[in-house]
Amino acid sequence: MNKHTMIAWMEDKPGVLNRVAGLFRRRNFNIESLAVGHSETSGISRMTFVATGDDREMRQVQTQLYKLINVTAVQDVTDVPTVSRELALIKVKAKNGNRSEVMQIVDIFRGRIVDVDMETLIIQIVGPEERVESLINLLDQFGIVEMVRTGTVAMVRGAHDRAAQQKTAVPAYENGNQ
Amino acid sequence: MSEKKTGGQIIWESLMREGVEVVFGLPGGAILPAYDDLAKYEYPIHHVLVTHEQGASHMADGYARATGRVGVCMATSGPGATNLITGLATANMDSVPIVAITGQVPTSLLGRDGFQEADVQGVSLPVTKHNYLITDIRELPDALKEAFYIASTGRPGPVVIDICKDVLQASLEFEYPETVNLPGYHPNQNAPDPHSVARAARLLNEAERPLIVSGQGVSIAKAEQELRQLAEKAQIPVATSLLGIGTFPSTHPLSISWGGMHGEAYCNYALQECDVMLAIGARLDDRLTGVFDTFAPKARIIHVDLDPAEMGKNITIDTPVVGDALLALRGLLPQVEANEHPAWLAQIDEWKQETSDRDILAQETDELIAPYIMQQLWHATDEGDATVVSDVGQHQMWEAQYYHHTKRRSLLTSGGLGTMGYGLPAAIGAQMGLSEEEIWVVAGDGGFQMTMVELSTVVQERLPIKIAIINNGFLGMVRQWQDVFYNKRHSGTPLFNPDFVKLAEAYGIPARAVTHKDDVYAAIKEAQAADGPFLLDFQVEEFTNVYPMVAPGKSNADMIRRPSPAE
Repeated sequence: MNKHTMIAWMEDKPGVLNRVAGLFRRRNFNIESLAVGHSETSGISRMTFVATGDDREMRQVQTQLYKLINVTAVQDVTDVPTVSRELALIKVKAKNGNRSEVMQIVDIFRGRIVDVDMETLIIQIVGPEERVESLINLLDQFGIVEMVRTGTVAMVRGAHDRAAQQKTAVPAYENGNQ
Repeated sequence: MSEKKTGGQIIWESLMREGVEVVFGLPGGAILPAYDDLAKYEYPIHHVLVTHEQGASHMADGYARATGRVGVCMATSGPGATNLITGLATANMDSVPIVAITGQVPTSLLGRDGFQEADVQGVSLPVTKHNYLITDIRELPDALKEAFYIASTGRPGPVVIDICKDVLQASLEFEYPETVNLPGYHPNQNAPDPHSVARAARLLNEAERPLIVSGQGVSIAKAEQELRQLAEKAQIPVATSLLGIGTFPSTHPLSISWGGMHGEAYCNYALQECDVMLAIGARLDDRLTGVFDTFAPKARIIHVDLDPAEMGKNITIDTPVVGDALLALRGLLPQVEANEHPAWLAQIDEWKQETSDRDILAQETDELIAPYIMQQLWHATDEGDATVVSDVGQHQMWEAQYYHHTKRRSLLTSGGLGTMGYGLPAAIGAQMGLSEEEIWVVAGDGGFQMTMVELSTVVQERLPIKIAIINNGFLGMVRQWQDVFYNKRHSGTPLFNPDFVKLAEAYGIPARAVTHKDDVYAAIKEAQAADGPFLLDFQVEEFTNVYPMVAPGKSNADMIRRPSPAE
């Protein structure tokens, strides 16, 4: 079982998210997180999702998703250098006794405190999933009241043109080798 | 300046542009404006009124499979549209091009649970290639153009266009689009990668025990001739999938029939023993393969399919060849060397002999059994000259075993979804497309009763369809599973049947019951001689089962065989 990060581009049409979600459900794909929003091209949405499974399942995720008429490209970026980020808001109990300790930890993780009241702090963290995960683990001891995470978004590093990227994104065993 | 047309008019104009000749449907409130426009146009397209909408989608399917053209069906909102779903799912599993047009409640009532509202886009989503909900008439012309394009290109499939009633009544300056704009749809109709073709050819040239598995993709690509040339050139035996029947003449010396759960034993042995397999246009589903890990254990598998998602979906393959079957075969032909495989073919002949020794028709019996009827039907139809539409169950397997198909597209059957009730309506669709063709429905007594309401459509359209009911008083295939796996507890499988002869006569269809073996051939001839439709009620021996049988969870090598006469 491996964790794969994939990017899918799709036409921004009513019901397209339903199509994608329906496919994931019907094919029994295991999706850990999913984030979707506008891309640089108007009319095209961009989805980053993290899926787990063996190689066969990951190929199925890619090829079946690409079969959806409204999906314009799919790329598995797991083995490509990427910048990947997740945003989390964490409301943690922080009274006088431990407030400074919490603030120190947040500082080390390059998080920000975005709301303060007498009982709690809201912490914002942006970073790779592992960093977000570690901060959450550390804050757990103080008592997490509430939390929201966006799911990972990813972008391939360096200069490349999107057209070429979309071309390689078509998962089609082009060279005939496994 | 183009003329203003209503939504309903736009539908009919578009269908005419697409060359549609027949639409199978049943009107209702939400689709009424379109039906009204059909009358105003003085019926440029023949509308076949069905009895139940499930019949409409199966008819569109049968029409499409028989002719290779897009089948069109039409229904109203809510129950009309949901009744189409079984037929759409059937077509989706078997890659059949259909465009289904459904009425929807007016946009002002969408989502308000009004009368006859159902979320047709949501309901049809997992069982169609694509679908549309049209809430604005400006979207309608593109949707119609795209629907036909999507349904008929690449891997074919059903497309639904759900249209709000007020869109049908609205009007627009209409011009049918010349092109489609689908940035996410690039149907794979190119030649496959030459390196993979070269690798495939090398594997075939090196093989000692090569085997071809031909599926419906060969028929869709119209590649039967090339398939035959390749098989003959390199002397490679050809098995088919159930839907691949007809892609290679089953009377050809290199034919080894079809494989899988109820495939011929010698075919299954060959599947398991081959060292290189060329699977072409077959999706290698569980009914063909048995347990995935045990399929063709000695073979390096070359898989040709234009759908990349089929590569390695079920079976680990050696050489994927993504592309059109015809272009793949044309690529292979010059590279695959003329060859002979005498030892391999001799081995297959030995298995064949052993199979025919055990054949149920080799056993002397006076009882009326379906294999005999299928054999006689084959003889009576000039040895394979008819188009047979089978339903689903035991009779379907016997038809496939004993009616030796030699023509392309001469067997229409629901392979993937296994839809009981498919036979009669699909035959109606096929006969609407092929008016000159002799068409036989072969159906069990269970499946026939699921859609026999369409007998009225047969009469209404004056179709000369011949119907053979294999009547054993049971849901036979289910009963067979109970016999084999559930200690013969026949829970829910005995049937209460009407008198099928009287039933047919009530529709004005001549009919005859056949209870004796000696009467089979004459009865078939009598049916053929009738100008119009004819129904034969073959009252067969009740407890005969289909062999061989690969039990679920078993390998193809592990078949339950019919006891040999010596045993």
